[in-house]
Order: sequence, then C-alpha cells, then structure tokens
Amino acid sequence: MSDNSITNILVAGIGGQGVMTAAEILAQTALAQGYDVKKTEVAGMAQRGGVVTSHVRFGDKVLSPAIPPGEVDILVGFEPAESLRWCSHLRKNGVAMVSTTRQEPPVVSLGLFDYPEDPVAQMRAANIRMHAFDAGAIAVGLGNFRLVNTVMLGAISEYLPFSPEILKNVILERFRKHKPKLVEINEQAFEAGRAAQAAH
Amino acid sequence: MNAVNPLPSGERLFISGNEAVARAAWGAGCKVMAAYPGTPATEILEYASRLPEMYSEWSVNEKVSLEVCIGASLAGSRALCAMKHVGLNVASDALMTQTLIGVGGGLVIAVADDVGLSSSQNEQDSRFWGRFAHVPVLEPSDAQEAYDLTRFAFDLSEQFDTPVILRMTTRICHVKGVVGTSQRRPFNSGVGFKKDPARLVMIPTNAKHRIPLMYRREERLQQYSEESNLNLLKEGNDKRIGFVTSGPVFMHIQEAFPESPILKLGMSYPMPTGKIRELASQVEQLVVAEEVEPILEGEIKAAGIQVLGKEILPRIGELAPQVLRPAIAKLLGDARAEETAPPRTLADLPEVKVSMPPPGSSLFPRPPTMCVACPHLGIYYCLSKIRNKAISGDIGCYTLGAGHPWNALDTTICMGASMGVAHGLDKGRTDVDGDQKIIAVIGDSTFMHMGMQGLLDITYNRGNVTILLLDNRAVGMTGGQDNPGSGRDIHGEESPRVDFAKLCEALGVKPERIHEVNPYELPTLFKALREEVKIDDTSVIITNQPCVLVDFYAAKPPLRVEDDKCTGCKNCLDVGCPAIHVTRRETVVKPNGTTKELAFVRIESSACTGCNLCPSTCGPDAIVPVENFIRQ
Ligand SMILES: Cc1ncc(C[n+]2csc(CCOP(=O)(O)OP(=O)(O)O)c2C)c(N)n1
Ligand code: SF4
Ligand code: SF4
Ligand code: SF4
Repeated sequence: MSDNSITNILVAGIGGQGVMTAAEILAQTALAQGYDVKKTEVAGMAQRGGVVTSHVRFGDKVLSPAIPPGEVDILVGFEPAESLRWCSHLRKNGVAMVSTTRQEPPVVSLGLFDYPEDPVAQMRAANIRMHAFDAGAIAVGLGNFRLVNTVMLGAISEYLPFSPEILKNVILERFRKHKPKLVEINEQAFEAGRAAQAAH
Repeated sequence: MNAVNPLPSGERLFISGNEAVARAAWGAGCKVMAAYPGTPATEILEYASRLPEMYSEWSVNEKVSLEVCIGASLAGSRALCAMKHVGLNVASDALMTQTLIGVGGGLVIAVADDVGLSSSQNEQDSRFWGRFAHVPVLEPSDAQEAYDLTRFAFDLSEQFDTPVILRMTTRICHVKGVVGTSQRRPFNSGVGFKKDPARLVMIPTNAKHRIPLMYRREERLQQYSEESNLNLLKEGNDKRIGFVTSGPVFMHIQEAFPESPILKLGMSYPMPTGKIRELASQVEQLVVAEEVEPILEGEIKAAGIQVLGKEILPRIGELAPQVLRPAIAKLLGDARAEETAPPRTLADLPEVKVSMPPPGSSLFPRPPTMCVACPHLGIYYCLSKIRNKAISGDIGCYTLGAGHPWNALDTTICMGASMGVAHGLDKGRTDVDGDQKIIAVIGDSTFMHMGMQGLLDITYNRGNVTILLLDNRAVGMTGGQDNPGSGRDIHGEESPRVDFAKLCEALGVKPERIHEVNPYELPTLFKALREEVKIDDTSVIITNQPCVLVDFYAAKPPLRVEDDKCTGCKNCLDVGCPAIHVTRRETVVKPNGTTKELAFVRIESSACTGCNLCPSTCGPDAIVPVENFIRQ
C-alpha cells in the first residue's frame, strides 16, 4: 500500500483550548523533517465553545487531507468527553493521549444532557491503548493553564516517528522568537508531559 | 498589522488554500482585492491585507466587492474578489451583466462552498453560476493548486476577455499544505480605462450585440477545455472503474483507489466532453464524483455518455474516502472492499482488541455557544421573557439566540432578511395571531450588508416593528473583523465610523423611537424593550458594547458565587453565559406537595470577564466580585 508511511494525528478539543496551535506545531515539526504534510484548520464558529478538531497527516506524499475514521494513529484529546467522542476513529493499534480536565458545555449546565460519569473508564473498557492524566492541573501547577498545549505535545512526543527532542526544539524555538521569557517554563511543561505519559 | 515579507521566487510555504489564493493573486500582479467576510473564505482577504503594495478592502457586501473589482478591472488592473457561496447570490446581479462586458485587467471571483455545512445556512453549489453566467470555472484540489490556478485564472481572464470563477470548498480553503510559489509579476501597465459605451453601457441595444460575443467566447473556452492540460487524465491499471472528478474529491479518490484512472477537471466548466468520452471508452464503468450537485453528471448524460453519479454517491456533504469506499465496493459487488482496507502504521505497537463504544452516540452534543460575557446575552435574556411575540432573526453570532437557554429567535433566512420578514409578519398576520408583537434582531455588520434597505422599506411603508440593532463593533461571527461600524479599515487604521442612530433617523425612524442602550444593564434594556413593543410605530434599540473578541475589549475583575447565599433558583443560568456552571442539583418538595428542581452554581473565575450582567438576575445577591484577583 503506497501510503504505508503516513502518520495520522487527530487533535480534538474545544474552541479556545489551543487545539489549532498544537496541530500547527506538529505540522511544522514534520515539515522541518522533510515530510509532505497536510493539516486541516477549522475556523469560524469553532471559536465559540464548539467541538474543534484538526487533522495532521504527514509522510512521503499525503493525498486526502482528512483522516478516515479508523485510521488515526495518535489521538490528542484535550478533554475527556471529546476524547471519547473521537476515540472510535483510532486504528486498532493507535494510541490516545487524554487530558482528564473536564469542560462541561452549557447544555450540560442547563440540565439538558448528562456529562458521562467517567469517559476515561469507558475508553479503558473498550481496551483502547491510552494514557490519561490531568494536563490542566500540571499546567496550572507550573503557573499557567495555557501550558496545557505544551504538556500534551510532550506527552505524545515518544510516539512520533522522530525524536522528542526535535519536537521540543520546534516549540521552544517558537517561544524564543516571540516570547523568550516563556522558553524555560515551556521546556518544563514539555518534560512534565513526557513524565506524565510515562507514568500513566 | 505587520506585512508579510515579500519573498523571492521559488519559496516553499506551508499555507492554507485561502492563503494560497491571496499569495497567488499578489504574485500575479493583482492590484485590487475586495471581500465581505464569510466562512470558509474569510482568510483570503485577511492574508491579502498583510501583503505589501496591493490594495485590499473589506467591502460592505459581496455585490459591492465584485463591483469594486469590476471597476478595477475596467481601469486596466488585475482584481480578485472573494466570498462564501451565498455571497455570490448577492453579487450575482453584477456578475450576470458583467459577463457581457468582459474585462480590462484579469478579473477573478474566488467563491468558497461550504460542503458539509460547517458554518452556513445552506450547501449550494457555486458551479451553477459558471453555466448561468457563461464564464469558466476552475477548481483546485489542494493548496498548491489553489495557488497555481489562481495565478493562471488571471491569464485566462485576460486571454478570453471573461471573468473567471475559482470554485473552492471548505476542504481547500481550510487545509494547509506545502505550496511552491513563483516569481511576482508586475502590475498591468500601459493600458488604462478604455471608454467604449457600446461595450460598457449595458442598455438593451448594446447588450444585444454583446450576447453573441459571449456565446462565441464560451465556444472558444469549450475548445480550450478539451485541449488544456488543466483537464488531465491520471492513468491507472484497474480499468473496472474510471472516475471523472474535480476539486478535493480528486485527492479522496486517489487515496481510496490508487489504481483507478481518474480524469481530473481543473477547469470543470466548460466541460471537456471529448476527454470524458475517451475515458468512458477505456473503462468498464464511468463514475462521476462531484460535490455536491449532479451538474457534470447531467451534462455527461446529456452528451449520451453512460455514467453513474448520484445513483451511488450521496448528494449532500463531502465525498471523503470513507464515503467513496463502501459505495464503490457495493458497485463492484464488494470485491474491492478488502483490497482497500486501511493500511496500518505504528506497526511496532502491539495490536489490541478494541470494542468501541458507539461513536459519539450516547454523548452530549457540544454546539457552538455565545462567548462568555457576549454583549448579546442580555438581549436574549430579555427577549426570552417577553410574551406574545414573534422574533425575526438574522445571521451572525446572535443567531445562536435560537438555542438554549433563550429559544428566542423564530426565523433566520439570509443576511438582512430580518427586516423585510418582520414587516411581512406584521402585514400578513391573520386573526389567530391577534396583536402579537413583531420584533427583529440584526447585527451591525448585517445591517450594513443588506439590512438598511429593509429598514427603509419598513419606515416608508409605515410599518410597526421593534428592531434590536446589535452594534458590537465587529463582524463577530467570522472572527471579529472590522467594518464601517468599528471605525477601522482592514488594516486596523482609523476610518469614518457610522453613527447608527443618525443613520436610522435618516432612514425614517422618528428620533424619539431610537434608543441607545448598554446591553449589560438589564433593567434599562427591559424597560426600553417593554415600552417600544407597546408603541404602534417602528423603533430601533441600538446596543453599544463591543464583542469580546475585539482587541480593545477590557475585562474587569471576575465575579464568584457565595455558596451560602445561593438558593439554587437557576435564574442566572437563563443568561446563558458559559462561565456559569452547575455544581449540584437537588429536588425539593414544596409544602403544597409539588416538587421543584434546584441547581446550585459556580462561576469559573478564569473565564468570567466581570461584565456584571448576571448579578441583576440574582435575587439573593449571591454573585459578588472576587477580591484581589490577578488575571493570568
Ligand atoms: C451573503 C452572506 N455573506 C456572508 C455571510 C457570513 N456571515 C454570517 S453572519 C456574518 C456577519 C455577522 O456580523 P454581525 O451582523 O455584526 O453580527 P455578530 O456576528 O457580530 O453578532 C457573516 C459575515 C453570510 N451568511 N451570508
Ligand atoms: S464573537 Fe463576539 S459577538 Fe460573537 S458570541 Fe463572541 S462575543 Fe458575542
Ligand atoms: S459577570 Fe456573569 S455574565 Fe458576565 S462574564 Fe461573569 S459570569 Fe458571565
Ligand atoms: S441566581 Fe443567584 S441564587 Fe439563583 S442560582 Fe444563580 S447564583 Fe444562585
């Protein structure tokens, strides 16, 4: 099969969580490694609390930009219920990296729908290969919830077809250019994500 | 905004289809670019505005943007206007006659169809306009082609003296890929505006002479389509099925059926009938895969070529690999299903047995909501409390008022329709609706796009509608772009700001019927609304607080809920602010035996902007400021 070498990453979360940024960093890193890359960007209504997903595909030659259901290698889930929503798109041997920080939408607050009691347990019961940990708490512990992004990227770095150091350097380089003060804290966040992945 | 550095030729960029269109136009010596925002096309002009030397503008609507570009073209320069699919409906009046005139400098209309309806009111297929206006349609299949075809479209336009439609879809607009660019070409020069009334003044006698020229042009384009390598056959060994396709479906087919021959139409109108006939003769079965209407299919069948299309493929949504695979497998009697089983990667990982939960079925939906502290929240809170009303809505973030918890919007059709529809609801009312109050809700950008004429119609015809004009200083829905109501141009530079009160007065609303209110002050808002719906005349209530997305939005210290004061009455939840969360629910039995549902709440302080809307819904004053708060 010609596209055997394609890596498919689905990043899923909620508008405003940094899903797009995480996907962009992954795409840029793959690009710098010489891969052909395609990445979907969802804009517009997504800004207002809706579901946001970004597909990142890289390999020798990427054709269709959308990852067909059942072909996701790595699911980066920024929220447990959103991870549950998308986990059926994983390959049988794919891996889910799940942040357990819950975000209940207004339809749940209003009592119209229930939030699943334990989405992570549901995924475990389905035998999904997974690491789940509270990336939000790690980020806040480091001083800023926006670091979630870097924590999650650190967490998946061991599963990429290039070394974690390469991904880390791309992230840090971005901060070096625009916000040099944040380089150090992002390095810590990346390593914290890696450690969390190893521990869970 | 910072300018994107002019790049030398031969650059490789990682950009979206939208960015590729802007970059290609710039590289093709385009001098004027105009658009009204609309998903999925908005980023074309956003990106263009950051490129040096080229003029770009947010126009007030798509028709004006096309007219600006027609003018620029007639002046001799290359011009491009961009819009979402429904935008071309608005601009079509200009297009249908401009096609008779032809062009000066190359004229390109980039139109983006929202295949799959991620953010639109319908899923119309813009390729129809090519047939209707007798102009060529080019269809890129990825970002690189968006670049190449945009650049080429200007040449085609000048060579054939025709406007060119560049038909995009969401999967082109919003997908980034690696794009190689070519050298920038200078602006057109040496030929300016050529006065020629017989060609440029479309009165019947002149237009009559132009129509045959237009048909002749179409014939030449037909010939071109047959010969051009824009319409290219990708050979394949598996002759069981040959595909005819265009746009992103080309990529999906290659992914799903790498061995099949595919005739890929970069120029889908005029259609190259000869090439299609040739492919048909080489394969067992010809299949046309197009998003979304069976347009090519009808034309292929009319040419007497046997083909399958919408008999086997869906007529709505994307034709992604997972849609194509089962449809074709079925056609081939499933023989193919196994051959095209998805390949595996991460092969070093052990395979586990997965029993998937049903995809998303038991899970709550997560529809888009208005932002925390959106200035529209208070409006819908009030509207939801008014009785005996019909609310004619419009398009923008405020369309979300149709959802929970407000349920306070009864119609939405197209931009500006709230005005005329409200007037019609009033004039057409039957006995059963009695003295139902008619209310219209419209955003500032929508009002300037197409709403103003509707208001003029209401006042001119002595209508009776209470209008809420939501001036949030931005085009919120599409990401907070500037407009004449924000007082800033596309570059963020100061420009004259529309005075909505004066404008409404000029359109015939009595000054005493025009009120400006702060939408965070619920009592004032309620009073104005209650009074105006009672008065038998047209009134306009204008809100005056900005969208939270604008760069000058100033967040205040957040609020919190004092647990021991909260009675669980749920009133604050009716505001619909996403920062308010339920912590626990309780059912209590009242002395008279009836039960009552209580919900106790908390406010997420990292999200709350302290807009101070919700406290006035709380009887026991349980919502109070957070002391000593430091925002991250
Ligand atoms: C003809 C047409 N052009 C563009 C759009 C895309 N669009 C939908 S709503 C909207 C603008 C909304 O702005 P505004 O009326 O100010 O309301 P807000 O979203 O700020 O509340 C746009 C551009 C459309 N639906 N139809
Ligand atoms: S983008 Fe602006 S107008 Fe739209 S919901 Fe958010 S705050 Fe409201
Ligand atoms: S004050 Fe109330 S309505 Fe305003 S942002 Fe905070 S929680 Fe939301
Ligand atoms: S309105 Fe006040 S008392 Fe009622 S639920 Fe909200 S915070 Fe509690």
